[in-house]
Amino acid sequence: MPVTVPHMGNLAIPLKAMLEYVGLEVVLPPPCTKRTLSLGTQNSPEFACLPLKINLGNYIEARELGADTILMAGGLGPCRFGYYAQIQREILQDLGIDMKMVVLEPPDASIKDFLDDIRILANGQSWLTIIKAIQLAWYKAKAIDMVDIKLEETRPRQNHWSDADKIFDRFLRQVDQLNEKTDIYRAAERAVDEMSALPQDWHYEPIKIAIVGEIYTVLENFVNLGLEKHLGRMGVEAKRSIYLSEWINDHIFKGVLPLKSNKTLRKLASPYLNYFVGGHGWETVGSAVEAARDGADGVIQVAPLTCMPEIVAQAILPEISKDRNIPIMTLYVDEQTGEAGLVTRLEAFVDMIRRRKFIQEVSSK
Amino acid sequence: MITVGIPRALFYYYYFPLWKDFFQNLGVKVVLSSPTNKNIVNNGVAMAVDEACLPVKLYYGHVLDLADKVDAIFLPRLVSTAHKEFICPKFMGLPDMIKSSGIKLPELIEVNIDLSRNKRAMRKAALEMGKHITGNTIRILKAWNLAVISQRQFEHIQRSGGQLTPQALELWTEETGNATLGMQQEIPKVALLGHGYNLYDRYVSMDIIHKLQKMGAEVITAENVPDSIIEEEAARLPKRMFWTLGKRQIGAAFHFLKRPDVKGLIHIASFGCGPDSLVGELIERHMRRAKTMPFLFLTIDEHTGQAGIVTRLEAFWDMIEWRNAQCQ
Ligand code: SF4
Ligand code: SF4
Repeated sequence: MPVTVPHMGNLAIPLKAMLEYVGLEVVLPPPCTKRTLSLGTQNSPEFACLPLKINLGNYIEARELGADTILMAGGLGPCRFGYYAQIQREILQDLGIDMKMVVLEPPDASIKDFLDDIRILANGQSWLTIIKAIQLAWYKAKAIDMVDIKLEETRPRQNHWSDADKIFDRFLRQVDQLNEKTDIYRAAERAVDEMSALPQDWHYEPIKIAIVGEIYTVLENFVNLGLEKHLGRMGVEAKRSIYLSEWINDHIFKGVLPLKSNKTLRKLASPYLNYFVGGHGWETVGSAVEAARDGADGVIQVAPLTCMPEIVAQAILPEISKDRNIPIMTLYVDEQTGEAGLVTRLEAFVDMIRRRKFIQEVSSK
Repeated sequence: MITVGIPRALFYYYYFPLWKDFFQNLGVKVVLSSPTNKNIVNNGVAMAVDEACLPVKLYYGHVLDLADKVDAIFLPRLVSTAHKEFICPKFMGLPDMIKSSGIKLPELIEVNIDLSRNKRAMRKAALEMGKHITGNTIRILKAWNLAVISQRQFEHIQRSGGQLTPQALELWTEETGNATLGMQQEIPKVALLGHGYNLYDRYVSMDIIHKLQKMGAEVITAENVPDSIIEEEAARLPKRMFWTLGKRQIGAAFHFLKRPDVKGLIHIASFGCGPDSLVGELIERHMRRAKTMPFLFLTIDEHTGQAGIVTRLEAFWDMIEWRNAQCQ
């Protein structure tokens, strides 16, 4: 039973490592393309949020490569994600695509439930194997983040604008093949060193923009239309509010590891929002406050169109923008969003920030 | 005497009797915002973010309508009204959205109502609401218990008495003119599914209930289906539906599908509604598979025009009459 998982940023790399380690055959969907998007949108409810549609495209394309089992997360509400798998199952059924869906309903309380789920899938592998599998996934996620952070720093400073991305892509292919902790970290260090060695302007002080918002859109370059790359090319240092390993820690390990977690962000959000609003809305508000505190020059919120938690956050962000004197822009994406339009809006926003900064610097002298 | 304003929007259509009687029992005068009108719509649309759904935009408009008329506004955070269920993420952030809107607000009676984990949380919430009016706990609880009886009555009139919500609400608003015709057994019924704040707001729904009645249909809604039937029917889903309104709609749809007196089904959703994008899909897939009655799906927002809706309703009704004639 070849298993597949939907894409979300680079999450598939550590997930695949984990599943293979416990002896499952894994067939990943091809990277998201226009075709994925159109397969997904043609067959999904028109007004569903974008991740549901792209997941569906991923499944159909993975099926073409021979996958017959889908591994997917579930949820208990309040947001739509908790019902994705049910809707997707109905759609696949009506399309006559016969795939088994294994839905990992959220571990109610602990990492143990998650491990139990994995153990069932893995057909009674020993605990030791399972723990090692999770460790392997974790090393890969950490290594990817390490290089990703360096990539964000390098992009605005490099002389040739796609150099660092090439190194990153090569590193991702490498890390996918490696299975030893030391090899994985060594590959990451090498990639970081290579980026440092790129011809670049060391004196350049880029403006900094924090990327906040709905997690899937923040992490998946295909749906955010290469937002970070575009900013990098404009000489802007983009900084995401969340990285892969932090997401895994919050959602799978339930925050047991001492990383920056959603608790911190929720506390920061509290003057403006102190209640869970589904999805990532609460953290979005907290991340905007954090960005202002840490001296970012602007904030960009990204989310799928009609995303409920992010609409709540969007309604609150102007208050933060005013209080903390930081420009905030909201970008919604759906299947119709074009890259050209996105770039125009980004350029306008970046220009505005540059002007503001210039005026502030001049008037403070 | 102090006055407390209640926006005539969102869960007004589900809980007004409870809220009204509670505050009144505490000696407070309850003031409703005006029925939705052009002004309220325009204000709401101007103040809320573009991407919000119409019901949420209207809520802004109704709050503004009350803001300078009352001493306090009741602004609950309705997270959950039933075990392991939710209303909608937007409801969970609504008070914060309103507070960030820049409206000059009077005192707010805020309370978190979250029964998703613990049913008894309601008592605590009642005390918290009452605290704004009096320090006397016993008085608050007494007012609450009486209000709960009112609320049960309100629900009973709809579930078993076959009255439509606007009609039932008249007993508490003492307004007339919303009254819809009583149910008669013989005429064909059209089932109307959707969130109460869309169906029963005459402005938003473009008075769809009266329009259908004038065409000769009897209207029945999910609110007219007893809770036990809803539970039983919704339990046929492979996964428990965690949206309270979604569950009622799905349960009612499954139930109406079985009823010979229901001749057609209309689902009305707000444009951009998150839960309904999935709930509606489920209903539609089941309707299509069953193929037993005409089905119409309407989305509404501030741009929806009367004319389009009327044409579609008429075509839908013609279809029902034609099918009826075929059967006889
Ligand atoms: S958080 Fe947004 S994108 Fe995710 S399920 Fe909810 S509405 Fe959809
Ligand atoms: S349930 Fe739908 S219509 Fe109601 S507030 Fe949420 S998104 Fe809007």
